[in-house]
Amino acid sequence: MSSSNSVEGSYSKRCAACKHLRRRCAEDCVLAPYFPATHPERFECVHKIFGAGNVARMLKAIPVQERAQAADSLSAEAYRRVQDPVYGSTGIVIQTNQEISSTQCELAKIRAQISMYEAQMATEQQPPPPGLPQQQGSLGSQENMPMFEPNDPFNFLN
Amino acid sequence: MATSHNPSLLISSTSSNLCYSTITGAGSLPGSNTTSSPCAACKFLRRKCQPDCVFAPYFPPDNPTKFQNVHKVFGASNVTKLLNELQPYQREDAVNSLAYEAEMRLRDPVYGCVGVISVLHHQLRQLQDDLNRARVELARYQAAANLIGNIGPGSALHAGTGFGHEQFFQPQNGTNHQTMFRGLETGGINVAYNDSSLAAAIGFGSLTSGGLHFLKPSTVGGDERPSQVLVPF
Repeated sequence: MSSSNSVEGSYSKRCAACKHLRRRCAEDCVLAPYFPATHPERFECVHKIFGAGNVARMLKAIPVQERAQAADSLSAEAYRRVQDPVYGSTGIVIQTNQEISSTQCELAKIRAQISMYEAQMATEQQPPPPGLPQQQGSLGSQENMPMFEPNDPFNFLN
Repeated sequence: MATSHNPSLLISSTSSNLCYSTITGAGSLPGSNTTSSPCAACKFLRRKCQPDCVFAPYFPPDNPTKFQNVHKVFGASNVTKLLNELQPYQREDAVNSLAYEAEMRLRDPVYGCVGVISVLHHQLRQLQDDLNRARVELARYQAAANLIGNIGPGSALHAGTGFGHEQFFQPQNGTNHQTMFRGLETGGINVAYNDSSLAAAIGFGSLTSGGLHFLKPSTVGGDERPSQVLVPF
């Protein structure tokens, strides 16, 4: 009895990986620190996508101080792949790239509008050269444009 | 077509059909030797490439690195299980996304694809901040223009036209969009706009594995992708 209790005791200390794989959890189990028995679903995801052997091999190839981050990122990727078997984390990359693209587009449009305003302000502040027709800028005819005050009453150019 | 493997054709949007017909010899001349070259997976695993090999359509023999990466990170048996759970029309995108994630994991063993996502999110946040600042600045200009009274039927600052938004900013056949997209570099991942593949959104210009070009998120099967970012454990 006591021996079975001690065996039971050691079995109860198995990490999620060794529990799932039904093996003895060694003292130096590389997976134990990152796949505790309290979160079995975390290891199940990782095992389903990467395989326990691949995960152990990848973690062993990484310095100890970086293994926690690696295990977390592997878990995240595995979780996303389980949720989206076709695209996984790549779907997030695609979506984010699309958002970046649309944001850049909108930003460019607004900056173009700002540039137009700045150009217009600069044009209106300069009096037309004597003897020459009024300058036709990219903003089209300025015939109907009122004369701009030389002073900047609203101080928005500073 | 049966024996020659044109990389550009294999990389095109219809690569799956082309690869399959190439690998299985469906396009070979009648009466000729129909033994086709084994796919990259079977070559790597040193086994006979069966006609119904699940890997053959997606791992052509002229791109061995693709399968080697996937095998190293995920393992052949896990990939087989994943593919068997999917519909045939979903498999090519799945394989290509697995290849992408494997490549990212090998480049960055600690963060892998998650690192790429973090970088992109950071970039997006910065752009959104820039956009908000630009909107505020534009609003100031518009308000000032209205106050000055430069509003008239002939005025280019006519508020109704949004300062000639339609007049003065016309994307030229989408080139502005594409130019910006092409210039995006993210941690070595060159986001290249390629309307034939998933690489349009990911970007594989910088990969050395012979070009992993993916299909666009499929319009073929109407596959639904999650609309929100999944939270890891």
